[in-house]
Amino acid sequence: MVVRIDARGMHYTPLNRAIREAVASGATEIVLDNVMGQRFIADGLRGDVTITIHGVPGGDLGMFMSGPTCIVHGNCEHAPGNTMDAGQIIIHGSAGDAVAHSMRGGKIFVRDNIGYRGGIHMKQYLEKRPILVIGGSARAFLGEYMAGGLILVLGKEDDRPRIDRGIGSGIHGGMIVIRGGIDEENLGVGAMMSELSPGEMSGIEPFVREFSGNFGLDPDTFLNDRYFRVSPASARPFASKYTWEV
Amino acid sequence: MCGIIGVIDRARKRMDGTGIRSALAEMDERGSGEGAGYAVYGAFPELKDYYAIHVFFDDLHETKPRVEEELSKWGVIEHDEAVPTYEQPSLRKIHIPWRFFFRPDPHLMPRSITPEDDVVMHVVMKVNTTIPGALIFASGKNVAVFKASGWPEEVADFYRIQDYKGYLWMGHNRYPTNTPGWWGGAHPFNLLNWSVVHNGEITSYGTNRRYIESYGYQCTMYTDTEVVAYLFDLLVRRHGLPLETAVRALAPPFWDEIDRMPDQEREIFRAIRLAYGSALMNGPFAIVVANDQSMVGFTDRIKLRPLVYGEKGDRLYISSEEAAIRTMEPDVGEITMPKAGEPIIGRYVA
Repeated sequence: MVVRIDARGMHYTPLNRAIREAVASGATEIVLDNVMGQRFIADGLRGDVTITIHGVPGGDLGMFMSGPTCIVHGNCEHAPGNTMDAGQIIIHGSAGDAVAHSMRGGKIFVRDNIGYRGGIHMKQYLEKRPILVIGGSARAFLGEYMAGGLILVLGKEDDRPRIDRGIGSGIHGGMIVIRGGIDEENLGVGAMMSELSPGEMSGIEPFVREFSGNFGLDPDTFLNDRYFRVSPASARPFASKYTWEV
Repeated sequence: MCGIIGVIDRARKRMDGTGIRSALAEMDERGSGEGAGYAVYGAFPELKDYYAIHVFFDDLHETKPRVEEELSKWGVIEHDEAVPTYEQPSLRKIHIPWRFFFRPDPHLMPRSITPEDDVVMHVVMKVNTTIPGALIFASGKNVAVFKASGWPEEVADFYRIQDYKGYLWMGHNRYPTNTPGWWGGAHPFNLLNWSVVHNGEITSYGTNRRYIESYGYQCTMYTDTEVVAYLFDLLVRRHGLPLETAVRALAPPFWDEIDRMPDQEREIFRAIRLAYGSALMNGPFAIVVANDQSMVGFTDRIKLRPLVYGEKGDRLYISSEEAAIRTMEPDVGEITMPKAGEPIIGRYVA
């Protein structure tokens, strides 16, 4: 069942109520038209439903979401996928700061660029492993305080992404994989970089293919290249800063 | 968390306040209903050569004569009027907004290179520190400022900003965090031709305030943003820095970035940081600043607050949210996020 909602001029509370009612009544596909800045869309939503969003959804799209797929035809504001638990967010455009903030499961695919602090505090536990794939570039402090999961940056517009500084600053779990790598000076505190081994590359390849499939791109343009991983220099990079162990 | 927006028409084609009202209302979630405001450049074409001194009076009987007396010491009041307001169901009229169109006597500041501006600045500081119940909150030529405690759309309707036209508009929706919400603490902050809207906190306020007060500015509005207006006035009007350089002084690159710059650039940035260490603003912020020649937006150097911009024709839009820009101009082109600390500047071509 497909439900279509015109979100023009609608506050996010009635909009989210309408989405929940549609899911409760068995909708498997919801199309939102004329979305303009409404925050918290699909927050905490569960179920097997695909929400197609036309316009610019406001901050915290899919926060705590567990299961649904959101496909955005437009850009996102801050923190899509904030503490998301399961499901997918596919963005045909760019997104603002703190994308995938504290994300704990599911996948986010961003066709173009993201702002500052993407993947800040992403985490993982047992089978829960969040994935953030960025087609273009990311801004500074990517994967700041990252505790788990995977961030993959493809830098499709250039030879490699142009990320400013502080990449993986305070990272203590998970990894950031970057096509072409980054300059050493842009590595964050407590992060180290190494080239991806062929074995590790085969773990990345399915996500490159899935990303390419989502946006109708040729995966081979990304796959025949060198990839580098930014990962924690140690499990407790700030142990000596905050504690006094001998 | 606050919402900010600014638009400049570089060909000086005037817009009424309808668009910015809807854009700021789109960001209602960024405020708490305790402060909102607008500034518009080009608001008083018939009186454009006079300084538009905007005052919040607590009462007209006792305090207005004292302000008039002060103004008359330093120049001539050409015209004055109550700022028209229109009752709103949930906005309490705490102060009485008034505006004086004032021509300062330049001979009274003989040693100044900008005597008229210095007279006006002196009067602003004098009134705000010595006349209780009167607050001058704007003092530019051809600039109107409308602010109060309320939601963006209430404040817009309270002043009926759709009745005003200008070629540069700024709007701000406040979420007060560190100081109480009050009319004088609402943005935009204005001094002379400078207006500032700001989202965030200036955690270096103490240092910046001591620095700016050593140049004769007095902070009277109980909130950090005030220093931003004064810093721009000092660095650009009085010290003659280009706007880009002033932004780089307030939100400079890190030392390690400066060390990697080419020789000449490195020397310039080193000099700026050394000369203006006390003007450096720390903390999370996104700011839009306007004067009579341009509008500039920038963030703190690690980008702790949102800011994006877009263009359509002669118009440059800068805001906290893309949706706010698109609400005002659905056909805006690509939306771009400036780099941390990088100034985005729109200048008049006409």
